[in-house]
Amino acid sequence: MSQTSGSNRIVRVAAGQGFWGDWLDAPRRQVEGGPVDYLMLDYLAEVTMSILQKQKERDPNMGYARDFIGAMESVLPAVVDRGVRVVANAGGVNPVACARAVLDVAAARGAAGALKVGVVTGDDLLPHLDALIGKGHPLANMETGEPLSTVRDRVLSANAYIGSVPIVEALARGANVVVTGRSTDTALTMAPLRHEFGWGASDWDRLAAGIIAGHIIECGAQCSGGNCLYDWRNIPDLANVGYPIVEANADGTFVVTKHPGTGGRINVPSVTEQLVYEMGDPHSYITPDVVADFSSIRLAPDGENRVRVFGITGRPATDKLKVSIAYRAGFKAVGTLVYAWPDALEKAQLADRVLRERLDNMGLRFDQLLTEFVGVSATHGPLTVTTGEAPEVQWRIGVRSGDRKAVERFTREIAPLVLNGPPTVTGFAGGRPKVEEIVAYWPALVDKSVVQTKVEILT
Amino acid sequence: MKVRLVDIAHARSGDKGDTANVGVIALRPEWYPFIAESLTRARVAQHFAGVITGDVERFELPNLNALNFLLHGALDGGGTLSLKTDAQGKVFSTAMLRMLLDVDDDRARSLKLPEAPHK
Repeated sequence: MSQTSGSNRIVRVAAGQGFWGDWLDAPRRQVEGGPVDYLMLDYLAEVTMSILQKQKERDPNMGYARDFIGAMESVLPAVVDRGVRVVANAGGVNPVACARAVLDVAAARGAAGALKVGVVTGDDLLPHLDALIGKGHPLANMETGEPLSTVRDRVLSANAYIGSVPIVEALARGANVVVTGRSTDTALTMAPLRHEFGWGASDWDRLAAGIIAGHIIECGAQCSGGNCLYDWRNIPDLANVGYPIVEANADGTFVVTKHPGTGGRINVPSVTEQLVYEMGDPHSYITPDVVADFSSIRLAPDGENRVRVFGITGRPATDKLKVSIAYRAGFKAVGTLVYAWPDALEKAQLADRVLRERLDNMGLRFDQLLTEFVGVSATHGPLTVTTGEAPEVQWRIGVRSGDRKAVERFTREIAPLVLNGPPTVTGFAGGRPKVEEIVAYWPALVDKSVVQTKVEILT
Repeated sequence: MKVRLVDIAHARSGDKGDTANVGVIALRPEWYPFIAESLTRARVAQHFAGVITGDVERFELPNLNALNFLLHGALDGGGTLSLKTDAQGKVFSTAMLRMLLDVDDDRARSLKLPEAPHK
């Protein structure tokens, strides 16, 4: 399956999605643009699981990232004819249903029997939550220290972040597609390397290297020219941006590259920007498999659009797993209007005062009101240096409350300002703001011993 | 003389809950020591005074010619609770790069640091 054999063997893992909603074309481009052994698709962000949980409550056959089924359809020839294997955390809160949908698509495309889909379950702690709390696992919020019992009745989903072990097992049992629930983003890249190279459970440096390879490519094009501040004007052909590929060696060193003829750019600055993205303490990047040390990473140019990564060290993992819990946390809505020259900012400021007075007069109380002036100071706040009069300003006001009615009433107060507020106002064609239920994120830790993962192979 | 951080570094930022992280990367390796000396925890906390409600943590990554800062209380509650346009801290990167740094002229010359434009 891989390109060469022996100690120089290289395994290629290609990233095809950096989040649910990423470029639909990317998976197909990754398997058609050149040789790859594995296609890695990351679909889950912090609150994605709760969205999927809501979908599953409405329909027990839902609760996974539907985009993945289309992606599988687009890469099916590569999987069936060329042996490319797919690893994805698209299973959400219903990995079995996701796997069945993949098998259905394969059957409909005349490839029945060609897929062995490994399904990883056991990350879903929702059914065990009360038992866990009862046995003395507080699932305290990692940021505030509060025990989960304070929001228990509002919990929507609870999933442990699981590591590479069950994915490696699925691959060892011959799966050519592996579907997981809340596995870590980085495990999706590390597990294929661990499987191919036979890295052991205490091979800390190599496991850490696999994790860092995963960190570099888990956000898709964000390491290959997308959202890249360094020399952004000169990054070529973003319309055809190449998603990243890791070319890994058995010793844990690897090259980050992309297919020839694609756009974007991979160089030391683009990879460095991604390395520091969402970084906490760089000396201790904690995963279920290993603690990786980002201060050990060495980067070197290795030809055009190639960066060599080496020197990585790791330490033993902790005895905890992180748990991603989502809970209902009230309601919010955001309203906007646009004010034109002259004196756009002053008009927007007057609109804001008028609205706030009306909300006060109605006795509406919110946990929070936030005003921003887009075009003036919405992104950098008081750090903004103003250089002359803004030609136009978008006034943006948001409210948050546990009381849905108060938020609903707020949404009716924006449009009237078009006729009964300050002048030269526009930009209201979108209609009344929508009330959105807030699903908030509650990070916690749990003992590894209480999470039992399971691997099934479906055909 | 004065040097604008935006002329000597690039950056990327992201979120973890109510904390924004900002990675600052020297545009040239020889500029990293100057950036690391200038961007102390106190100096960064002062820069973001009135923007963040918590404290600042600072980590050095000389292997990447980079610094990583954690800005606590930066995101108005963070994630889905936040009403901010930048609820996920994506543009704290260039907010950091607004910093104006002092450097003595000799050092600026030897490092070939670009002088900030005069107003």
